Amino acid sequence: MSLTHLQRLEAESIHIMREVVSEAKKPVMLYSIGKDSAVMLHLAKKAFYPSPPPFPLLHVDTTWKFKDMYELRERSAEEAGMELLVHQNPEAQEMGINPFDHGPLHTDMWKTQGLKQALDKYGFDAAFGGARRDEEKSRAKERIFSFRTASHGWDPKSQRPELWNLYNAKKKKGESIRVFPLSNWTELDIWQYIHLENIEIVPLYYSAKRPTFEYEGGLFMADDIERLEKVMGKRPEIAERSIRFRTLGCFPLTGAVESEAATLPEIIQEMLLTTTSERQGRVIDKDSGDASMEKKKQEGYF
Amino acid sequence: MTDPIYKTDALIAEDIDAYLEKHQHKTMLRFITCGSVDDGKSTLIGRLLYDSKMIFEDQLEALSNDSKKVGTQGQEIDFALLVDGLAAEREQGITIDVAYRFFSTENRKFIVADCPGHEQYTRNMVTGASTADLACILIDARKGVLVQTKRHSFLCHQLGIKNLVLAVNKMDLIDYDQEKYDAIIAGYEHFAESIGIENFTAIPISGLAGDNITSRSENTPWFTGPTLMEHLEAVEVRSDENLAHPFRMPVQWVNRPNLDFRGFSGLISTGSVKPGDTVRSLPSGKTSTVKSVVTMDGDLEEGVAGQSVTITLNDEIDCSRGDVLAAADSPPEVADQFESTIVWMDEDPLVVGRAYWMKLGSQMVSVTVAEPKYEVDVNTMEHLAAKTLHLNQIGVAEITTDKRIVFDPYTENRALGGFILIDKISNHTVGAGMLNFSLRRAQNVHWQATDITRDDHAAMKNQKPRVLWFTGLSGSGKSTIANEVEKKLAIMNRHTFLLDGDNVRHGLNKDLGFTESDRIENIRRIGEVAKLMTDAGLIVLTAFISPFRADRQLVRDMMGEGEFIEIHVDTPLEVAEARDVKGLYKKARAGELKNFTGIDSPYEEPEEPEIRVNTVAMSPEEAADYIIKQILPLK
Repeated sequence: MSLTHLQRLEAESIHIMREVVSEAKKPVMLYSIGKDSAVMLHLAKKAFYPSPPPFPLLHVDTTWKFKDMYELRERSAEEAGMELLVHQNPEAQEMGINPFDHGPLHTDMWKTQGLKQALDKYGFDAAFGGARRDEEKSRAKERIFSFRTASHGWDPKSQRPELWNLYNAKKKKGESIRVFPLSNWTELDIWQYIHLENIEIVPLYYSAKRPTFEYEGGLFMADDIERLEKVMGKRPEIAERSIRFRTLGCFPLTGAVESEAATLPEIIQEMLLTTTSERQGRVIDKDSGDASMEKKKQEGYF
Repeated sequence: MTDPIYKTDALIAEDIDAYLEKHQHKTMLRFITCGSVDDGKSTLIGRLLYDSKMIFEDQLEALSNDSKKVGTQGQEIDFALLVDGLAAEREQGITIDVAYRFFSTENRKFIVADCPGHEQYTRNMVTGASTADLACILIDARKGVLVQTKRHSFLCHQLGIKNLVLAVNKMDLIDYDQEKYDAIIAGYEHFAESIGIENFTAIPISGLAGDNITSRSENTPWFTGPTLMEHLEAVEVRSDENLAHPFRMPVQWVNRPNLDFRGFSGLISTGSVKPGDTVRSLPSGKTSTVKSVVTMDGDLEEGVAGQSVTITLNDEIDCSRGDVLAAADSPPEVADQFESTIVWMDEDPLVVGRAYWMKLGSQMVSVTVAEPKYEVDVNTMEHLAAKTLHLNQIGVAEITTDKRIVFDPYTENRALGGFILIDKISNHTVGAGMLNFSLRRAQNVHWQATDITRDDHAAMKNQKPRVLWFTGLSGSGKSTIANEVEKKLAIMNRHTFLLDGDNVRHGLNKDLGFTESDRIENIRRIGEVAKLMTDAGLIVLTAFISPFRADRQLVRDMMGEGEFIEIHVDTPLEVAEARDVKGLYKKARAGELKNFTGIDSPYEEPEEPEIRVNTVAMSPEEAADYIIKQILPLK
């Protein structure tokens, strides 16, 4: 019996998670509510069954997520029998940081700084993240176990070679590891697995008629029109369109695509026939040229 | 650009459900590409990604712009830009290391470990090769087999990659000349054989022009083998091969949700396991039977190599992280001293005798490394004397763990034979290694007790079992005298067996050469065989040069008190060389035989042998009589 590629990827991810739980003192799973997080959570349930995953979920919240995402977040944690921790950067909250007025600072304050605060606050020494190597050019050589200094910096010189399936999780006090169990999965693998395993994902991935507006050449969803009006200074022009999302972030930062794909096979079909890469809809990669993701990583962004 | 940009499967548009069904049964192959930028490696990988539609329009647009700006192909797309080292990487002075790329075809998903090929990147090549099922070694058709080709092949072979592809690239630049291609292959074949590579697949390609990559090239009508993609889709993946070995599962984590459930979680490294199977937990040696193979999708009828499962047993046996569950009737060995091949990966060199952490499977132990027996020059495969190992050096050394560990030789099971070394202060991964074999007698926790004891065997033969160990230079007369002694013992109705050096090397030890480590292993095995024969009650005569005191001591230590009789066949070198019965001294003096005892390899004379015979003063028969007299009485 030959294992299929999804069976082998699944076994590898489970092996990675068990290694972390065995060798780290206080692990946590970063949960962003997107499709990759959904797969990662599903794999965690499998890895430790019949026990619940022996670590909490952490959502570093920007307060700008879609309503559907918040709803699924609560339910997923409960179904998995896991504790859900939500962290919102109090400084960002106080300063009223938002994606319209503050651009890149929005990501930095809410996500990068917020993540560091949360990890320090709870003293986590290992954090699972759902990043994949195929997402972006600079991730292709990312390790599965990525080491961070006590100040959460990523020092390329201290990254360790990874041979066979042997991971070196030794670290000094204060240092931490980001672990990427989905490193070897591709976008297509993720979708196929969601389909095969019948994993629940945020409904926004499926096409439906939704209120939309155009902004700086992109198409966005008006998820909270009152709030949008407040930060944009005017009420955007809303039009109903049949849209869906290929990737989910903060609703004003994530571009929608017009689509009729309302089922998983249709989504996969659309993905396979489409001609632009997944991150194209995200503003985050474009704000400072080519090395944008690389730079963010060094600053401590996932 | 004349090719269609995207090759889409018609099924996607017509029947997505059928497409998905088909793609759920894909297998996965991991491979490594070796070669430097000049060999066209990046172009080849770029081509594979491109041909399998792994490049999107926005990426293609960026690529197209970059190609015109900085590419080397004029207005054409420069595939190399897709995968070449990141600009940021060079600017920031980050070590260029392994990058992983993904593509898939209808039948397989591929993970490519893309490693730079320069000498200083041995570390990266070894990392990439450690998980690979196949290695694709690129050579430039204009240049043929180079030093680096040999280096890449050697390292891949060391890491146990059995599927080697020799991709002769840039065929377009030699006008697809078959003669030149054949000459390259013949040259490589000769080299491959010399380092023990049993077979490889050669393919003439052009990454740039696309010849024999995904479709058969019209430019090479003389080539009848598979295209690169056909070959990648057809070769056997290692996890399937692993299935044929006995069951092994290193325990990662003990799953105890409540008092009623106790499961052992791990990734099955080899073999398969079913409910009812008898398994042994090592190193304790305790056995039990499998109750169930648990997964969230339901209990499995059978768990196979490559799957992550949780196993429950019918008995409460002591088993925790670091232990190994294995087939009860063919368990792995347990030992604490090994010969290993080590690749050094850190700026700071190996410190002999210092304690490092060693991680092997889920076992973490303290280990010390002895002075290397030798370092291998990765360009010439020559064995060089070494006091330590520096970054990117590979060598063979004995290692000792602070407690017994469960292992298989690397060649049989990567998961229980491959290890990493971790510096206890910096916590860096400083080395990686492969266990070749254990040095001391394996701690046979599952030793079979038998009713007919060794004393019974000896009593039935009316003799005291012994090992008559003849040692001396080549041509000293060991075999001749041993033969005389055996004849005399036979006349006395004694049960004997003569183990002769040359004969043993034809069978039991035919895999061993004449390096120091091979000689040690040669003697160790002979010692084990002699030991078994004494258990059977025999008088064993052995005739081996056995030049090293330590090795003879090793065998002496295996035997019971008074059972090991060391006989020094004392013949001066000039006398032995003058006799030169087999013409070996002549060859050694001419440099045709390396590591020849007495010429370029030392002979350490016994300090206190039980018996010494001087072959200048005695004839073989006189010597034999003298020996018999010394060992009387025989009972």
